[in-house]
Amino acid sequence: MQWETVIGLEVHVQLATRSKIFSGASTAFGAEPNSQACAVDLGLPGVLPVLNEQAVAMAVQFGLGIHAEIPEVSVFDRKNYFYPDLPKGYQTSQMYQPIVGPGEVEITLDEGATKRIRVHHAHLEEDAGKSLHEDFHGMTGIDLNRAGTPLLEIVSEPDMRSAKEAAAYLKAIHSIVTYLGISDGNMAEGSMRCDVNVSVRPAGQEAFGTRAEIKNVNSFRFVERAIEFEVERQIELIEDGGEVVQETRLFDPEADETRSMRTKEEANDYRYFPCPDLLPVVLDQAYVDHLRDTLPELPADKRARFENEFGLSAYDAGVLSASRAMAEYFERVKEVCGDAKQAANWVQGELSGALNREGLTIADSPVSADRLGELIVRVLDDTINGKAAKQVFQALWHGEGDSADAIIEAKGLKQVTDTGAIESMIDQVIEDSPVQVAQYRDAEPEKRGKMIGYFVGQVMKASRGTANPQQVNAMLKDKLDALC
Amino acid sequence: MAIEHADVLRAAHLARLGLDEGEAAHYLDDLGRILEMVDQLQALDTEGVTPMAHPLDATQRLRADEVTETDQRDDFQRCAPAVENGLYLVPRVVE
Repeated sequence: MQWETVIGLEVHVQLATRSKIFSGASTAFGAEPNSQACAVDLGLPGVLPVLNEQAVAMAVQFGLGIHAEIPEVSVFDRKNYFYPDLPKGYQTSQMYQPIVGPGEVEITLDEGATKRIRVHHAHLEEDAGKSLHEDFHGMTGIDLNRAGTPLLEIVSEPDMRSAKEAAAYLKAIHSIVTYLGISDGNMAEGSMRCDVNVSVRPAGQEAFGTRAEIKNVNSFRFVERAIEFEVERQIELIEDGGEVVQETRLFDPEADETRSMRTKEEANDYRYFPCPDLLPVVLDQAYVDHLRDTLPELPADKRARFENEFGLSAYDAGVLSASRAMAEYFERVKEVCGDAKQAANWVQGELSGALNREGLTIADSPVSADRLGELIVRVLDDTINGKAAKQVFQALWHGEGDSADAIIEAKGLKQVTDTGAIESMIDQVIEDSPVQVAQYRDAEPEKRGKMIGYFVGQVMKASRGTANPQQVNAMLKDKLDALC
Repeated sequence: MAIEHADVLRAAHLARLGLDEGEAAHYLDDLGRILEMVDQLQALDTEGVTPMAHPLDATQRLRADEVTETDQRDDFQRCAPAVENGLYLVPRVVE
């Protein structure tokens, strides 16, 4: 039987505020345990929450970034459950009137095709603390520094049909929130994590199958792997005559499988009700309009502009607009060298290769956009050839010179375009290669094109790589053909 | 809306309250009377009335995103039954 996968994602994004959503405690990462948990975060009696305006602004910016409706009124509710890292006994969240209404996110698939994934809503809530289950004499240690950190939970519609689409969606959310600067998007530190709802149904069937929820997946790769495993598990289960049960599962990256979490003794009953400590949040239109006017250019718009204005392929435009740092670097290189295609090639080729090799992000690149742009200028004006340019890049990368020009000068890489100099090198190579010349002469004319490579190589070697290869090629062909 | 003994026990369980039989009977009576009052309220015609999220007809004031709290961990942990390395210790929650 043909099966179709149906996936919906709940993405939790930690907002990059300085203080917590309802208190003035710091949100800085990595502080001493409980040194950033104040009376409000601890849920001590008599405290009152006061909402952080920046958390509200960031949520609205996200909403505008996904073309969502921004309702005038939103309301906070209490989600009640007991766990020691939630000292109040409830999480302040938004159940019925979230701050961001329905919107959509465009994802890019292989070959640059795009698909729209609908977002059901996004709501503000507070994070819980952290439980440490290592041995504290058989007890659990609780660090409440994270309690009260603002989260934006982004709930998609079940619009994704493969693990790849789910990963692409997560990447799109990641790039929107980092472009907006509302989150650092650091998945390793837990700034972004997601719950994945997965079900399967026979192809063509309209009704959804029973879904399983995979909790707390915290990397793009794990999302794909968790879904792939889960889909296979569900299909096998059904084909063996079993039934999928609605449950919460955990992905174990070590074992590469999902496992059922302890089934709760009864179905979730969070007894949501409006939080009496918080009044409804009312956003006036002027405020929303102001935020809309100050939004930066977002990835989807940048991608379209890179394609239309710079003539880049859909693929190149997608890669170069994926992160704001990458896009800004590329645009600066383009500005300096004046050639978008060359800039795209260098950023995606030599630069990305070097970054990947050393596990660096573009923000840490030892070669600045200005230096790379200047290097490309020297390729474009024929000062150096492509091969020498790669050498110059490596030298810049390793800090062997302050600029492309200085390195070209110091290493004597200036391209030889002087016809006389090249001609004498060619004559020398022809004189030194009687066997190859004879072979060339005896070959069928259509095979000679390939054979010329040997001579080009020898001349380039003689010039220590500085001759202009196109020029060498053309001159060699004339010379050799004259001998035939 | 009538409430039954089992509902009281379920609500108590969700709220992590340990009730003995006498208390359960007491709450059954109390909650029953609260629900009777709710039934009275339900009888009102609210057609066309916008629901309110809060009894006060006011909107939420926002605070600037500034760190105003200092570290008072030592004070807070003085009333905790068990602490270690700055962590609050609680009975183990996973086996």
